[in-house]
Amino acid sequence: MTLLKLLWSFFQIGLFSIGGGYAAMPVIQHQIVDLHGWLSLPEFADVITISQMTPGPIAINAATFVGLRVAGLPGAVVATLGCVLPSFLVVLALAVLYYRYRSLKLMKGILAGMRPAVVALIASAGWTLLVLDFWKGQRISIDLASIDFIAVGIATVALVLLRWKRINPILVMAGAGIVGLVAYCATGAG
Amino acid sequence: MNRTPRPVRGWTFYGRLFAATFELSAFTFGGGFVIIPLMRRKFVEKFHWIEDREMLDLTAIAQSSPGAVAVNASILVGYRLAGLRGTLVAVLGTVLPPLITLTLVSFFYDQFRDSRIVSLVLKGMQASVVAVVLDVVYVLARGLVKQRELVPILLVVLSFVAAAVLHFNVILILLACGLVGALTTLAGHDPRDVEEVP
Repeated sequence: MTLLKLLWSFFQIGLFSIGGGYAAMPVIQHQIVDLHGWLSLPEFADVITISQMTPGPIAINAATFVGLRVAGLPGAVVATLGCVLPSFLVVLALAVLYYRYRSLKLMKGILAGMRPAVVALIASAGWTLLVLDFWKGQRISIDLASIDFIAVGIATVALVLLRWKRINPILVMAGAGIVGLVAYCATGAG
Repeated sequence: MNRTPRPVRGWTFYGRLFAATFELSAFTFGGGFVIIPLMRRKFVEKFHWIEDREMLDLTAIAQSSPGAVAVNASILVGYRLAGLRGTLVAVLGTVLPPLITLTLVSFFYDQFRDSRIVSLVLKGMQASVVAVVLDVVYVLARGLVKQRELVPILLVVLSFVAAAVLHFNVILILLACGLVGALTTLAGHDPRDVEEVP
């Protein structure tokens, strides 16, 4: 019964969190905190923090965490499954349509219009991250003291390594983690 | 249909697909769009399994569908490469890293949350993620500029302002640009073929 509740609850989370990431947060909170009381509000805030620090989408992380709490490992698996199921159905249907109709002229026009938008959206996500990482106050300011120069340095070096040395991004990220630890410790910042 | 040939679907292929999605998911923090640049590097540049334009189309679908972008994108890539079986392999690879990590983290919940070392390492990694995203934006934007057409460049600029400055709904932006694309086609403009990579 608990497993079914988990499945249904996370199915709804998967279904109604369009756009992913932070768009999913209010939906998750409604289901987990308000409706079922599986987590308290501070615990929910912790899940969000942990999600930002660990790999994977917030919804999947929340599913694992809540599932474990409520029904152990089977709970985690069932909740994750529920979360992924709506994507599975909708995305597969769209994929079939895409590959069937993408050679239509009108469809090509629509896709040609959407492609620049996707580039812009990736750029926008990059911009949000840049502001968040480079300015400690999380908003742009010309005050030099509010700029995190270690982050700016790491990002600049990483960009050079990626663009001109063609180094594997995963390696660059792992290296940046070590440099970050050493640099922030050495300067007493962070 | 005239598309890039599917890779040979043997054990090696499924192993590679699983390893690739697992690795991508394990190193994508905070979810969302960050996985797209990493996927592009892997599937477009390294394996040559998918083309740039197709990857952008798949991203548009992943973004406008319900659920996590990372999961949606792997469903699409898996389906494109090896049908339903490819989808299952790709989704498993994407879902396992957060499942394993969160299971471990929940055992050491308090220590992990308060660890200074963990938070400093993650801070350094996040700074490099900015570079990963900027690198991909550069490559994709260069491709658009090379087309020497006004409409796509205009759409990029307007979409960026709408998303980054005005914080419009992402799906609204995608739909609006799709509409513009449809209207220019109806007005007699011939859209480029998916297969024509510059």
